[in-house]
Amino acid sequence: MALQLFELREAMAMAMAAIRTNKLRSFLTVLGVLIGVSSVIGMVSLITGLNNSMARQIESLGSNVIYVSKYKPGIVMGNRSSDERNRKGIFFEDAEAIAANCNLVSAVSPENSYWRWPSGNTAKYEKNEALRPQITGVLPTYESVNNIEMAEGRFFNDIDVHFRRMTCVLGADVSASLFPGLDPIGKDIMVNDERVSVIGVVAKRESLLGESMNNFVLIPYGTFAKLYPWEKELWLACRAQSAEVMPQAIDQITELMRRRRGVAYDKPDDFAVFTQETLMDQYKKITGVIYLAMIVISSIGLMVGGVGVMNIMLVSVTERTREIGIRKAIGARRRNIIWQFLIEAMTLSGLGGVIGILVGIGLAVLINAVSPLPAAVSAVWVMIAFTVAVLVGLVFGIYPAYRAAKVDPIVSLRYE
Amino acid sequence: MLIKTENLWKTYNMGGEELHALRGVTFCIDKGEYVAIMGPSGSGKSTLMNLIGCLDTPSKGTYQLNGRQVASMNDDELAFIRNKEIGFVFQTFNLLPRATALHNVELPLIYNGTTAETRIDLAKRALEMVDLADRMMHRPNQLSGGQRQRVAIARALVNNPSLILADEPTGNLDTKTGVEIMGVFDRLHEAGNTIIIVTHEHDVAQYANRIVHIRDGQIEREESGRKRAA
Ligand SMILES: Nc1ncnc2c1ncn2[C@@H]1O[C@H](COP(=O)(O)OP(=O)(O)O)[C@@H](O)[C@H]1O
Ligand SMILES: [Mg+2]
Repeated sequence: MALQLFELREAMAMAMAAIRTNKLRSFLTVLGVLIGVSSVIGMVSLITGLNNSMARQIESLGSNVIYVSKYKPGIVMGNRSSDERNRKGIFFEDAEAIAANCNLVSAVSPENSYWRWPSGNTAKYEKNEALRPQITGVLPTYESVNNIEMAEGRFFNDIDVHFRRMTCVLGADVSASLFPGLDPIGKDIMVNDERVSVIGVVAKRESLLGESMNNFVLIPYGTFAKLYPWEKELWLACRAQSAEVMPQAIDQITELMRRRRGVAYDKPDDFAVFTQETLMDQYKKITGVIYLAMIVISSIGLMVGGVGVMNIMLVSVTERTREIGIRKAIGARRRNIIWQFLIEAMTLSGLGGVIGILVGIGLAVLINAVSPLPAAVSAVWVMIAFTVAVLVGLVFGIYPAYRAAKVDPIVSLRYE
Repeated sequence: MLIKTENLWKTYNMGGEELHALRGVTFCIDKGEYVAIMGPSGSGKSTLMNLIGCLDTPSKGTYQLNGRQVASMNDDELAFIRNKEIGFVFQTFNLLPRATALHNVELPLIYNGTTAETRIDLAKRALEMVDLADRMMHRPNQLSGGQRQRVAIARALVNNPSLILADEPTGNLDTKTGVEIMGVFDRLHEAGNTIIIVTHEHDVAQYANRIVHIRDGQIEREESGRKRAA
């Protein structure tokens, strides 16, 4: 069944002519393919964008940060068990203990956030206001553990913490809203009605999963404890000596925490120790489910599209029995006819695929424009989608093409 | 000898009942002849034409074209013969409606692998032969009946076949246009082509140099065309 190039060109030209004469019908036929392909491209672009953002995040943080918290982050299905609800929190003393006892951990950063109920925190400078910034109390170790890069000014030192100085370091978004075109260093701002003086601004960080990572106000841990003394439960970020000793460092921290919390040897941890990688794995599980759902949805679309293509090709074969008869009379072989209709079906579904890809890319651009979610078109998936669309035409075109090849020229050319 | 048939039968099975469209047709046609097959409607003219044109195979009997047995050939071999050896002209023109005149004429060349350049060259030359060089880019619905039939003739010619078969080529044309078309066949015959024309019109048959009358699937008699009777 070798197909020669000029035959392909002829068949494509005839297919385009057939599609042009039946524009609306052709369009409706490939709607299923179009929807299947555009949903794949749209969703894959979204996931690709999120993946990229996640990967950059991990890269910027470094791969040797270990988090300790009361609960493992992630989506909670239903209620937590009573055991879980009764868990003890993580406290400042845990940070001190880890720093003192775990030799594979180079620095520990306890971090504690405050959320003013019910409408969120405020940060104001004169008439300017930042939109509900996160307020976090931190130690000087925060800078090295979280790979903080300063855009302006300096980070906290031990004196800021010890004397509970009313100073703060701003995230890039907060700085931009409060001080458009101004130098923020040394200015006093109102944070939840407390006057604090700006000593530094953190360089803009990549947003994560569409959430800004720059909308925060950091204050010294001592100051935080003074302002919000009831906020005792916190979480820890620990930096391991190197990426190579991560597993051992995690073991050290886990052992220490179990001992401190009196967990029996045969009981599971009543706290969470995790890394960016575990977050990534978890996240990948979720995207895996999304991929699966997407494949199911688009397969249904493609099946519907395929059946549509088959249907329209059968109609086309019936309408064009005379054409087939003519072609056979002047020397077309069965395989020529088969290829002609296969190529026509593939052109049709491939066109649906191309439009679907364009719509999908449009969707990705739209997502980028109107939502904070990142979306990036994946070239590999564009290719996969196009190939699958063409294959749908091939598979669902086989039966109509076979029917076309069986047309008897004598019968189709008889003039009654 | 170009065509040699011996005792050709074609039997159609119509719901258990046998219908003999041809009952033992035996004749020969030489290269360069111009033969008319005449007979009333339903006498088996088209059936015979289809056999000669290798669109169909006989139920019984033998058929040699250019010395090759056709009766035993398979579909692809028949398609090859149709492409190389035979040019068809039909009563209803049978052009591809969406293709230009030029493309319609190119079509037989597409199925034998002629390169695009040569194809266009040959198709143009064939259209010139039927005086349609100025209508190459027109589609069938932009052409008159006579022009369409000339495109069909150009298509039949383009592969330089051994044999041109025309089944009632003037059946759908008015008398004046019919005469024009017959003039084209005359020219082709003078240029050395072998032509077989099927008709039930006496006037049309007279263009040939040999007229074969058939009735009820059998050859009734033969005569010479009046115009050319030497
Ligand atoms: N494909 C077919 N199936 C059944 N009967 C056919 C078929 N083709 C032709 N016939 C019958 O064979 C006879 C001869 O037909 P045809 O060759 O078309 O006659 P003509 O062309 O002389 O009018 C007619 O009775 C016709 O009905
Ligand atoms: Mg007939």
